[in-house]
Amino acid sequence: MTGDLLPPALIFIAAALLVPFLRGKTQAGYMLLIPVVSLLIIMNVPTGRIWTFDFWGYTLIMGRIDKLSLVFGYIFTIMAFLGILFALKVKDNLQHVSAIVYAGATLGVVFAGDFLTLYLFWEIMAVSSTFLILASRTDAARQAGFRYILVHLIGGLFLLAGIVLYIQETGTTAFDYIGLSGTASWLIFIGIALNAAAIPLHAWLPDAYPMGTPTSTVFLSAFTTKSAVYLLIRTFPGTELLIWIGAFMVFVPIFYAVLENDIRRVLAYSLLNQIGFMLVGTGIGSQLALNGAVAHAFCHILYKGLLFMAAGSVLQMTGKIKCTEIGGLYKTMPLTCLFCIVGAASISAFPLFSGFVSKSMVVTATVNENLVLVYLVLQFASAGVFHHAGIKVPFFTFFGHDSGIRAKDPSWNMVLAMGLAAFACIFIGVFPQPLYNLLPFTVDYIPYTGAHVVGQLQLLMFGALAFALLILSGYYPPEIKSINLDVDWTYRKLGTAVYGFMDRTLNAVNRNVEHVLMTVVKGGSGFFRQITVHLVLFVSINLWLLQGYRDKHLALKKQRLYDDVVQGTFPVGIGAAVAVSFVVLIYVLT
Amino acid sequence: MKKELTLFDKPKNVKILLICFYCSLGVLLIAEFFIHPHPAFYFEQIKGFSAVYGFFSCVLLIFLAKLLRLIVMKKEDYYDR
Repeated sequence: MTGDLLPPALIFIAAALLVPFLRGKTQAGYMLLIPVVSLLIIMNVPTGRIWTFDFWGYTLIMGRIDKLSLVFGYIFTIMAFLGILFALKVKDNLQHVSAIVYAGATLGVVFAGDFLTLYLFWEIMAVSSTFLILASRTDAARQAGFRYILVHLIGGLFLLAGIVLYIQETGTTAFDYIGLSGTASWLIFIGIALNAAAIPLHAWLPDAYPMGTPTSTVFLSAFTTKSAVYLLIRTFPGTELLIWIGAFMVFVPIFYAVLENDIRRVLAYSLLNQIGFMLVGTGIGSQLALNGAVAHAFCHILYKGLLFMAAGSVLQMTGKIKCTEIGGLYKTMPLTCLFCIVGAASISAFPLFSGFVSKSMVVTATVNENLVLVYLVLQFASAGVFHHAGIKVPFFTFFGHDSGIRAKDPSWNMVLAMGLAAFACIFIGVFPQPLYNLLPFTVDYIPYTGAHVVGQLQLLMFGALAFALLILSGYYPPEIKSINLDVDWTYRKLGTAVYGFMDRTLNAVNRNVEHVLMTVVKGGSGFFRQITVHLVLFVSINLWLLQGYRDKHLALKKQRLYDDVVQGTFPVGIGAAVAVSFVVLIYVLT
Repeated sequence: MKKELTLFDKPKNVKILLICFYCSLGVLLIAEFFIHPHPAFYFEQIKGFSAVYGFFSCVLLIFLAKLLRLIVMKKEDYYDR
């Protein structure tokens, strides 16, 4: 029965192409219908491998349906719905089309059962998301979008190289668990890790995401990184390297998040930090850890989407998004403020909010594996997340100093999208069981124990105490209009410097070598031309002597021949004819 | 024009909020004596470990972030020059 249905990815992409031909309410209703139809299909597909096509002797599998791909399919479709609802009133078809194609391509990646399908949707994802960055139509966005697509094309090449090697080694395009062994797997790993923004391949994210429009960043925050996390869970579970990359990611970005002035850049850094938790879970690879990584990705997509929606609302209504320029907005944007606080509480893993029931699975998994250091880093980061995403974002945006801005809450569709996301965050936090039922392995985990709740609250509330004391004492680093250097410095500044250095040194070497070479060649060519002339003259004069030319006649003929050869007026055709006749002569004689 | 909220413009309200906040901290410390503990590691047997760890994590975070700022902070037009 479901064999007749189209894969959700194709539905999204095909439906997106019709969007520009519709107007007003028809367009709005049509766009909202796309994820709804897709969700109905995902809810009704049988498990196994469906939607297979033959392509040049390879089998394309567009439907690898199991618990792992389904849970990501659900959340991406839900997020596509919320994102479309949030952006419903945007009068820019470029954004709508690229966002819907982007969401479709992500679903394509999630349900891909073979590498060719995966790579196809992978590249569609990269290109369509670039348009969401460019949609701001500012110079900064254009440049950031350009860097973004370059980085992703390079990542795509790594993946492609890995895929080609993998197919050559195994003889099949289908993939499942790969694990780090050999060149092919490393290339694939690097390609996927770049999309997951794994440190040190992360700089494209805080560089590009904050450049999107108020609505497009919501899509960006959800799809690329989490589809890569899905692939890592699928292909590299239990890879120890991921634990250390994850621990590093959990730790380092929070310092940047504390320092950043641009609210969306703060959120971008906390996005990195949250992916760190997922990578730690993937790296540990136990059932609890993988469940935790999946659950955390699920919750994270919702609350990070919610936080970017709140930031987008502020940007939309005030035109500003820097801590130094906003503040005191709770007075006129109470709903946005409330939803932002729900998102902040969720990302901080407060009890009764979604982050609490997912993040704690990963943390407990580190305890079960006796990873003391990783455990302490995760706990440090949990307090740190509350500090920058939980307190700083709402505090500096909606409270803090009164900026004098009196912007209102955004339009109904934006408020509704935030409201639905906030509801989902609280619902999952209070009733985690429906989410646990979706996870790939059976869940034998109870988040709400007295010790866990009290321990987590102590960690968070005393972190808040530190914030309060530091703010009151004036020791807290003031918000400054500035940027903070990250790894992208290597290709933005160092790259330019290296180019300049190359220009000065290598090109100078080049020029000198050319000079020497030209002198030698000129001299050589002169020498060889003279040799030819003299050879020709020697042969000709002897010939003419035999023919009986003497004195004046001989001198005249000699002079004409010399001029012809040196000045090149000697018809080239004759030279060729002579050469050919020589060959013919040899051919005849032998 | 819709009416503005002015909840936190009054120092009294802020004071009430802070008092509630400090009280909740006390409640959390006391609550630990009434729950069934299952410490993850030996150091978590110490009462109030999470509270101390959370507090000093944040202080350390701010301290290190201030140091980091000395290295990485540049003017906003750094990349345009």
